[in-house]
Amino acid sequence: MKVMKIVVCVKQIPDPATPGSLDPSTHVLSRGGKLILDESDTYGVEMALQLAAAAGGGEVSIVSMAPNGEMSGMRTALAMGAARGVLVSDPALAGSDALTTAKVLAAAIQKVGMPDLVIAATESTDGYTGTVPEQIAEVLGLPSVTFAKKVKVDGTTLKIDRQTEAGYDEVECPLPALVSVTAGVVEPRYPSFKGIMDAKKKEIVTVTAADLGISPVGWSGAGQKVASVSQAEARKAGQVIEDDGEAFGKIVAFLETLKVI
Amino acid sequence: MTVNNVWVFAQGTNGNPTSFTAELLTKARSLSDNVSAFVAGDGAALAAALGKYGAKKVYSTGDLSGRLVGVAAASAMAAMIAGGNKPDIILFPQNYDGRDTLARLSVKLGVTVLTNNIDIAVNGNEVVATTPIFGGNVLFATAFTGAGPHLASFRPKSFAAEENGGAPAEVVAVTVPDAGRTAAARVNAVHVEESSGPKLDEANIVVSGGRGLGESKNYAMVEELAKLLHGAPGASRAIVDAGWVPYSYQVGQTGKVVKPSVYIAAGISGATQHMVGMKGSKNIIAINKDKEAPIFAVADLGIVGDVHKVLPKLIEALKSRG
Repeated sequence: MKVMKIVVCVKQIPDPATPGSLDPSTHVLSRGGKLILDESDTYGVEMALQLAAAAGGGEVSIVSMAPNGEMSGMRTALAMGAARGVLVSDPALAGSDALTTAKVLAAAIQKVGMPDLVIAATESTDGYTGTVPEQIAEVLGLPSVTFAKKVKVDGTTLKIDRQTEAGYDEVECPLPALVSVTAGVVEPRYPSFKGIMDAKKKEIVTVTAADLGISPVGWSGAGQKVASVSQAEARKAGQVIEDDGEAFGKIVAFLETLKVI
Repeated sequence: MTVNNVWVFAQGTNGNPTSFTAELLTKARSLSDNVSAFVAGDGAALAAALGKYGAKKVYSTGDLSGRLVGVAAASAMAAMIAGGNKPDIILFPQNYDGRDTLARLSVKLGVTVLTNNIDIAVNGNEVVATTPIFGGNVLFATAFTGAGPHLASFRPKSFAAEENGGAPAEVVAVTVPDAGRTAAARVNAVHVEESSGPKLDEANIVVSGGRGLGESKNYAMVEELAKLLHGAPGASRAIVDAGWVPYSYQVGQTGKVVKPSVYIAAGISGATQHMVGMKGSKNIIAINKDKEAPIFAVADLGIVGDVHKVLPKLIEALKSRG
């Protein structure tokens, strides 16, 4: 039986629990410290592992892009069970726009070898441009189904429930294809101790944008520049009280003054 | 630069444009006298209403026969642009089909995209779009540097919709070119999830619950309170991800943007992800047991307490008022 090949695009981001900051000279999001696997991507990795298992065997690869050679987030995906990874690491990538990011990731996917299925999150937690998966599909000439909240593979056909404003659509799409999955689509597994140990031995191939033949990248390739950065008008905190058992009365009184009850 | 021509990616049903569409058309009018709407579907049915918001023309693809909007709309737009009908700016809604279309079109045209904006302006020779970052504390303005058309998407409720009493838009039929394999997906069935009461993004009062509720069954308190106040129930991403409530309940960066008169956050700590979706509310009431929770920094009334104690008493008090 043919092995199902799946590539998952993942992003390594600063820990969202720590406050974000901008590099004062470039106004790019600071990504100096340790990077972790974006939690949004754990759903895609889990989905890939489940679909590969359901297909009776498959190979799940990871691709990622980072300006600084960081791999710890990718190791988390490998510890979950992905087989190998390609990291496009290149200081020249700093400042790349979404279109360049999509071209770089598409080239990295082709370096892995064109898969049956590409999976991505709907958007990253730190940059949340939200267009990269669909842009990758267009670069690779693939059909795509975004915002998938349920994914099944039936032979060579994807069967997907796609989130809509009103509810959801049932969508069918032939493979090869790209799917972006919403958070909560599956329950991501925690890496086992064995998984973590095995991940250290798994291969991550590092390439530069030039190796992939993508140029220009970074600021020079972006069709945009920072115009200004300013503080938004801050919302002021009001009254904060400790509940003494009667605080509900304060809420009732406040709703009364607002004339909504 | 002079903006000669602006397009808006327009949506609607039963002859009515979405409020999002009306907001974008209103903004487009401030950029140019020449505003057109693009409808991936039956544009003729919307022509009169789109005209009221200032669209002079409506480009209409007609029924898409089950094709997904993104590929079809982007292919049609790219063909029009290649044929010489080239807008300076295209405004998209930051929603499912808006994002898909914007993304496909950016690759077809080889131009950048600026997403999640709350404003756009012509500044001398530049078109500058503004997006809030870090939960809305910082405004980040970005200028397009490449050739147009400039593609930008916007958060809902960024602009106040205003009619200008325009005549019905002229309907121009556009063809959707064959997009080959990229157009291979088909919609087989459409499901509408009905909910009673006001819609989350239109309700005057929103009551949202978060992880602090402890377990799924406690969300019933949020629903009951919302019902008593004739409002809509909402949720933080944490409990949507945990499967307590459907995604359509989610308020935040990846969910709905709400700006009700009153927003009640029950057991929500106030992650950046959530705050960007509700900070524009007129009045915010927060109940959380952690007095350091970021939600208190934006609350007009903050109750440091246990939602399991405060909510039942609040519900009883409102019930006893009849």
